[in-house]
Amino acid sequence: MAAQSPLGIDLDHYKWGFREPERYVFKARPGLDAEVVEQISYMKGEPEWMRAFRLHAYEHWTRRPLPTWGPDLSTINFDEIYYYLQPVEKQSRTWEDLPAEIKRTYDRLGIPEAERKFLAGVGAQYESQVVYHNLKEEWEKLGVIFLDTDTAVQKYPDLVREYFGTVVPPEDNKFAALNSAVWSGGSFIYVPEGVRVDIPLQAYFRINAERMGQFERTLIICEPGSYVHYVEGCTAPIYTTDSLHSAVVEIIVKEGARCRYTTIQNWSPNVYNLVTKRAVAYRDATMEWVDGNIGSKVTAKYPSVYMLEPGAKAEILSVAYAGRGQHQDPGGKVIHAAPYTQSSVVSKSIAKDGGRAGYRGLVKVYSGAKGSRCAVRCDALILDEHSRSDTYPYMEIDEEDVQITHEATVSKVSDEQLFYLMARGIKADEAMGMIVRGFIEPITKELPLEYAVELNRLIVLEMEGSVG
Amino acid sequence: MADLEIRDLHVQVEDKVILKGVSLAVNKGEIHALMGPNGSGKSTLANVLMGNPFYQVVRGDVLYKGEDLLAMAPDERARRGLFIAFQYPVAIPGVTMASFLRTAVSARRGYDRELMPVAEFQKMLRARIEELKIDPAITGRYVNEGFSGGEKKRAEILQMALLEPEIAIMDETDSGLDIDSVKIVADGVNRMFEAAGGQMGILVITHYSRILQFIKPDQVHVMFDGRLVVSGGAELAEELEKSGYEGIKSQVDVVHAEVAESGAVRRAGKVFWVVH
Repeated sequence: MAAQSPLGIDLDHYKWGFREPERYVFKARPGLDAEVVEQISYMKGEPEWMRAFRLHAYEHWTRRPLPTWGPDLSTINFDEIYYYLQPVEKQSRTWEDLPAEIKRTYDRLGIPEAERKFLAGVGAQYESQVVYHNLKEEWEKLGVIFLDTDTAVQKYPDLVREYFGTVVPPEDNKFAALNSAVWSGGSFIYVPEGVRVDIPLQAYFRINAERMGQFERTLIICEPGSYVHYVEGCTAPIYTTDSLHSAVVEIIVKEGARCRYTTIQNWSPNVYNLVTKRAVAYRDATMEWVDGNIGSKVTAKYPSVYMLEPGAKAEILSVAYAGRGQHQDPGGKVIHAAPYTQSSVVSKSIAKDGGRAGYRGLVKVYSGAKGSRCAVRCDALILDEHSRSDTYPYMEIDEEDVQITHEATVSKVSDEQLFYLMARGIKADEAMGMIVRGFIEPITKELPLEYAVELNRLIVLEMEGSVG
Repeated sequence: MADLEIRDLHVQVEDKVILKGVSLAVNKGEIHALMGPNGSGKSTLANVLMGNPFYQVVRGDVLYKGEDLLAMAPDERARRGLFIAFQYPVAIPGVTMASFLRTAVSARRGYDRELMPVAEFQKMLRARIEELKIDPAITGRYVNEGFSGGEKKRAEILQMALLEPEIAIMDETDSGLDIDSVKIVADGVNRMFEAAGGQMGILVITHYSRILQFIKPDQVHVMFDGRLVVSGGAELAEELEKSGYEGIKSQVDVVHAEVAESGAVRRAGKVFWVVH
């Protein structure tokens, strides 16, 4: 009999675990050396400065040791990974132009639905290139640029060059160096001064080849007084060997601007998800990271905000779910480098079936950042005795005149709560799912509706069978 | 056989014996009151009937519509029409009342794969909320979180009204309510009872007889120290009101002594005692 969740989802198949036969125009060999890096740059027809940037980053990568302070990364075999694949020869402008199998994959991910609902810009990444882009015409008139980053390098080389690698330099960490050397795709967003993009810009990302690394590079520039909400959702099909996802996201939020970046990730349980996300916020600017991590083998991701001028604000919301064999190490960093800056970090982690989930965060307040405020709250929910939660809240406070609060809770689903729901006729696993969904509600209520629904559906899938 | 039949029930928590042989029969169409001083075991009985895993049944049986109730998980008991209005409802942060209630009502009504249609549910919810004079804003709040004592109790009765139980246990629903709230709750319960047309039985557990002025019981049972010591009609509650538990206790002791001496049930005060 097929296993059914309370909501009728067939659990014998991992929901997004379908796959299409590979059909590629170009396929690089596995492993990484300077030649592969050159080849990537050549295939993309990049300007010399980008080629030099990649090679410089590659050099650094070869010298930089693996970080050892976090999750175990020693089992990544860099020689088995493909660093570049190109699914179609050129950009498709409309949905109709897409190859049928790619369309089928996207159909199953519900992209046309998203388009129907939003009629907004949809950038979808299949393998290493964005193959589909659609940007509402009025935004183009307003000067909003929403492109895949490769195309942006071709069309707006000066704009890209001015900001690229300024927030996350290649030397930042080993995986930032790797991404800088081999990056492909990702989104480039430019919002001109005073322009408010009131419908979220969305992109779906998907890894679809075994041992395929995905190294997208996203750069968002918000000019003064502008607003944009960028949403990325990631789902990857199941494969048996390890995959690596190592993205870099750089965001510049100028005076009085606001940027919200929402991620919901559901990687297959074999993916290493090692992402560097960082934003700089200038005077009275607001940066918000909303980050949901379900799936993957290891996730290490600490969205950061550097508040560089007075009045800058940062908000980081993250939720992580670790099941069997999974290690979720999410968190956030808020850097108060100017007076009267404010930040808030809310982290919710859930561990079950021997999974490890926690919080690793840094609050840094520089001397002179007077009148700054920071509130950190991290809650962990542990669903069984085999699972584990770790909290590493680092604080470096070099200013007296600040308000810093830190609250941390670790809890188990209480028998009283389960009994209460069951006493109303709700089955045990559904009751457990309900309690977990309630636990992460402070995050889901910040998500666009269909992402909240997807996250809740994924939780239901994950919860199935968790009550003995 | 009664719809709910409790036979010689012994219950303990860890090493402490709380119920020491309780027998009680409740039928649909009947209202029973269970009274007794604090710590006598009333709430334990209610929780055991609903299947709270905190309590261990060491002896005895409970039959619900002829089936072994104790073999059923709490959710199955609820879906089959057993209900408890809890004395201390727990909060479920992040889960709205509307979502919780729709899930619960759907389960009770036999929806398995999906939930009952929103429109139908909303209509039903609005009607019940109005009858119980509850602030409609409650549906958007998280289950029991930040509720006042009175709000919690009324929310329990709202659940009772929505789930349309066949046997309902109200565990100290009146405690912590002001007299107006007691009336509203009692009116609601009476309306449910009448609307059920003999298809609902109620066991009202209470420390005070106050709520019994509004919900008229067919039978009143008094529990001391894990045992039902006396049962009688509605007038037993009035007697309790007058003489208090201590008065009843001394009368019970007299009756026990008489029974022990003569082997017969005797008249004590205004009440006919049935000694268990």
